Amino acid sequence: MNRLLPFEWIAAVRFLREGLAQTALIVTGVAVGVAVIVFMSALLAGLQADFLRRMFSSQAHIVLLPPDEVARPLRQEAGAAVLATVIRPSQRLRSIDQWQGARDQLRRWPAVTAVSAMASGAAFAVRGDVSKAITLMGVEPEDFYRVVAIPDKIVAGSPRLGVEDVLIGTQLAIDLGIALGDKIRISTAIGATQTLTVVGIFDLGNKGANQRTVLVTLRTAQALLGLVGGATSIDVTVTDPYAAEDVAQAIAAATGVRADSWIRTNADFFSFVNSQNLSNAAIRLFVAISVAFGIASVLVVSVVQKSKEIGILRAMGASRGQILRVFLIQGGIVGFLGSLLGSSLAGIILAFWRSFARRADGTLLFPVSIGTQLLLLAALLATATGLLAAILPALRAARLDPVVAIRG
Amino acid sequence: MADPVLRLAGIRKAYNVGTPIETEVLHGIDLTLARGEFCALIGPSGSGKSTLLNVIGLLDRPTGGQVHIEGHDIAALDDAAITDLRSRSIGFVFQYHYLISAFTAVENVMMPLLVRRGFPDAAMRHTAETLLDRVGLSPWKDNMASAMSGGQQQRVAIARALAMNPALVLADEPTGNLDTKSADAAFALMRKANQDSGTTFLIVTHNMDLARRCDRIIEVVDGRITADGPPHAAPMPV
Ligand SMILES: Nc1ncnc2c1ncn2[C@@H]1O[C@H](COP(=O)(O)OP(=O)(O)OP(=O)(O)O)[C@@H](O)[C@H]1O
Ligand SMILES: [Mg+2]
Repeated sequence: MNRLLPFEWIAAVRFLREGLAQTALIVTGVAVGVAVIVFMSALLAGLQADFLRRMFSSQAHIVLLPPDEVARPLRQEAGAAVLATVIRPSQRLRSIDQWQGARDQLRRWPAVTAVSAMASGAAFAVRGDVSKAITLMGVEPEDFYRVVAIPDKIVAGSPRLGVEDVLIGTQLAIDLGIALGDKIRISTAIGATQTLTVVGIFDLGNKGANQRTVLVTLRTAQALLGLVGGATSIDVTVTDPYAAEDVAQAIAAATGVRADSWIRTNADFFSFVNSQNLSNAAIRLFVAISVAFGIASVLVVSVVQKSKEIGILRAMGASRGQILRVFLIQGGIVGFLGSLLGSSLAGIILAFWRSFARRADGTLLFPVSIGTQLLLLAALLATATGLLAAILPALRAARLDPVVAIRG
Repeated sequence: MADPVLRLAGIRKAYNVGTPIETEVLHGIDLTLARGEFCALIGPSGSGKSTLLNVIGLLDRPTGGQVHIEGHDIAALDDAAITDLRSRSIGFVFQYHYLISAFTAVENVMMPLLVRRGFPDAAMRHTAETLLDRVGLSPWKDNMASAMSGGQQQRVAIARALAMNPALVLADEPTGNLDTKSADAAFALMRKANQDSGTTFLIVTHNMDLARRCDRIIEVVDGRITADGPPHAAPMPV
């Protein structure tokens, strides 16, 4: 007997060891449950992280835009008939009022990690007799690269942008047959045209984005789009992407500028993520419940088998509390051991998954890993489930009347 | 003179109290056991011997009367205090040994000490080994309880009952499940503990041979004491 362990632990461990086959069986049951939960959670977290990474590789958490232009009836007198239909005006390219002020205010915002102003609009990229519709984005590189990590996505050349330079996507480079150092002509609807040098080619991981996106300095874009001194949007990155909508609303209220979070602009994706999380939580709950029932049933059997021994322990002076703890500890141990075995099992399943969940070119579909946090959580959850499951059997053992237990 | 080990006054015990099948099993038992007495409790089946032992052993509260253990009136004690008093003052031996099968012989003997003190220690083990030696089981001390013969198991149970050096040992048909030779050995061990340590014994038995070897025989019939005295005055087997 270990001198450092109290009676309750000694008895719990001995009882579990005595019924080794039973114990092994239920620990395995718990392990399977834990493995399912850990693997599923890891997979889901990997999938969602991958989605987010892709999404934010070309999109900010929050975008500030000028308010939509609306048409208001000229007169609105009481009793006067007003036309029911108001024709929505077409939205022309406009700058955000006082955008420098808003930008500076956002830079001091606590939850905000990066702010970048942009002047963007539709344009054509022309080379020889080929012309492609593009989205011209004028940015201040320092700021913009903190929102979208363009330097990491450069596949040729460098991300350094001068007023005469342009960065284009891989797909546009192919479409226009452009190599590094070549010149392209950008022309816009207002008739402005400028010839720029391609200093870098990037890959945003999305064909459409690689085809459309063209990056120039803010000044260049302002000139081409006829927005001298203006900015059409401000990109904002926040510490917690999932809180983006709340931050956006606070920003809108404080600055009077329209602020759209990715959550709003990608409502479909977001509700998809939510329902995924919900169904994962439901699966976790049901697995935990069935695991709990497994543990509880094994412990109930053990209490019945040992009722005479429990009775004699009580006659010898063991308190109800001591008996209670002996069985609670058994539940906890089973849960904890199950979580260790289950986590290893999840690791094996994951290795297996990695070996076949690959694209044709052999790269992983998306990265998945089991973090320490997930493992700790699983251990905690499984142990708690074991303890919880043990409550009823333990109470039953603690309530045993020694007289009845010994006679029966 | 110190308090008697046990004093019962007007003990009544009814089962199923407050229901239509309420039955009184003990109808006013007065009994005093002095320190060092070695007593047999006899009586026909169903006469209430086990019921009386449970009341004395503080496993069950009487429905009437007073129980004093070593001078403590148990009516004044709550459950925790009763558990404490029981573990200090009373040892039990039952017809079946009820050893804890997941523990070795010596660990079973340690159990009353362990349960009380919480953590095992060397002194505990030493006490248990000495007791096992006294019941002649030293060579088997590290055997699992379940891997011993019935006679050996009952001797372990006797050693366990003595672990806390209690003032009173209650034995309910301790030899009822043993062959004659093992029964004699177990009885002799209890007698020896009584002589060596002055432990008071109250032994329920249907075996008149053994009863006659005690200092005092108490007979219970239908919940009343019908005879109480030295063996030569005892009634013939019922
Ligand atoms: N828990 C109980 N509920 C109801 N009646 C009980 C209970 N325990 C014992 N009895 C009854 O009380 C009476 C005395 O029982 P007890 O076990 O004390 O007898 P005993 O003298 O020990 O008998 P034996 O020699 O067979 O062991 C019996 O009629 C029994 O049926
Ligand atoms: Mg009986």
